[in-house]
Amino acid sequence: MQVPATFAYERAGSVPHALELLDRYGPDARVVAGGHSLIPMMKLRLAQPEALIDINGLSELAQLSVEDGELVIGSMVRHAELLAGAVATGPYPIFEDAERVIADPIVRNRGTVGGSLCQGDPSEDLAAVFAALRATAVIQGPAGVRKVPVREFHEGPYETAVGDGELLLALRVPILDGAGSAYEKVERRVGDWPVAAAGAVLQLDGGVIARAGIGLTAVGAEHFCAPEAEAHLIGKPPGAEVFAEAGRIAAEHCEPHSDQRGPADYKRHLAAELTRRALARAVERI
Amino acid sequence: MRITVTVNGQPYERDVEPRLLLTHFLRDELDLTGTHWGCDTSNCGVCTVQLDGVPVKSCTVLAVMADGHEVTTVEGLEKDGELDAVQKGFVECHGLQCGFCTPGMLLTARWLLDNKPDPDEGEIREAISGQLCRCTGYENIVRSIRWAAEAEAKS
Ligand code: FES
Ligand code: FES
Repeated sequence: MQVPATFAYERAGSVPHALELLDRYGPDARVVAGGHSLIPMMKLRLAQPEALIDINGLSELAQLSVEDGELVIGSMVRHAELLAGAVATGPYPIFEDAERVIADPIVRNRGTVGGSLCQGDPSEDLAAVFAALRATAVIQGPAGVRKVPVREFHEGPYETAVGDGELLLALRVPILDGAGSAYEKVERRVGDWPVAAAGAVLQLDGGVIARAGIGLTAVGAEHFCAPEAEAHLIGKPPGAEVFAEAGRIAAEHCEPHSDQRGPADYKRHLAAELTRRALARAVERI
Repeated sequence: MRITVTVNGQPYERDVEPRLLLTHFLRDELDLTGTHWGCDTSNCGVCTVQLDGVPVKSCTVLAVMADGHEVTTVEGLEKDGELDAVQKGFVECHGLQCGFCTPGMLLTARWLLDNKPDPDEGEIREAISGQLCRCTGYENIVRSIRWAAEAEAKS
């Protein structure tokens, strides 16, 4: 039987209360939402927080809405809610593609968007989705609210821009008119991390690509994105060749590692192929 | 910490350590051993119970998180001495062999039919995709859930 070490448990009643609790317990406190990353780590004693601040009651962080032309996804929105919420999947089917293959339906009922991002796993799916979408993370700390582009949010494996005493409030995604988006993942079985995955967002203007976003996960892409491949796409008409070349460029800039999910060269191959497929599917959806 | 959890319609008040997992709260504190416990790592789904009507893996939920909430376990499916349709389906279609995965499968099946009364095979398979049957009896589990959907459509 795996049992976490002892800890103090506090339930936050509001965002200011959560911040006050984080301040009171200091750096050894951890925020817990769905708990599907943190609790297993605590059972294995890979994490041993002295206090858990439970934010499950903060319904203000569990909203999905559109504000000022941006999709606002609260950090407490559960994966199942993001999957079911037409607010998000309407403009961006990439969310539906990705959420269908994140963990499994029972885990998705509990795990949250913010929890997944803050865990900062190098194979996390939503990191690639939000990178493709060029989302902004809204973070609150003792000094107030600040915004961090998602492409600067991950500072390394399991390290994010959310500092001690801070709380991730939401992700804001600009809604691009007439954009197409898609996510392609290869996983060994339901519920596993991806061997590799790619997300793409495209917007056309006058028959050529005006905006392109490519997100990659599990392949060692810096900040989960592929800026060189995006640059290759801009100004060109969409097509099989240009997408294949973008995939090749994206793969070239990855640094996948060999592990039990596959050798590095296979993952690099997947980075190219899944980027190509995601772009092709995204443009079909425009 | 003092918590009150409503399980199968009945409130239970207990003093628990914050690190107690919901699975063990149900099994050890309340003696509701119908909720099984297997991998302990949120992979296998045998510990699945409904929390406020939604299936969750109880090995990855703290009992204190269920404070003030409603839990349904397999013991709560039967109503007034009559088995739930999903239970009858598992009886009719041989949906279980050793029975280890069955309580979790039943609670997910109940949730699926509550939200989607006429699921096709693909939807059933997707709903139970986070739950492992060690006996690999998936074909009959899918048939059992279909049986329950049809039985409920008739009644
Ligand atoms: S015991 Fe909870 S998922 Fe296996
Ligand atoms: S019946 Fe044995 S584990 Fe499913």
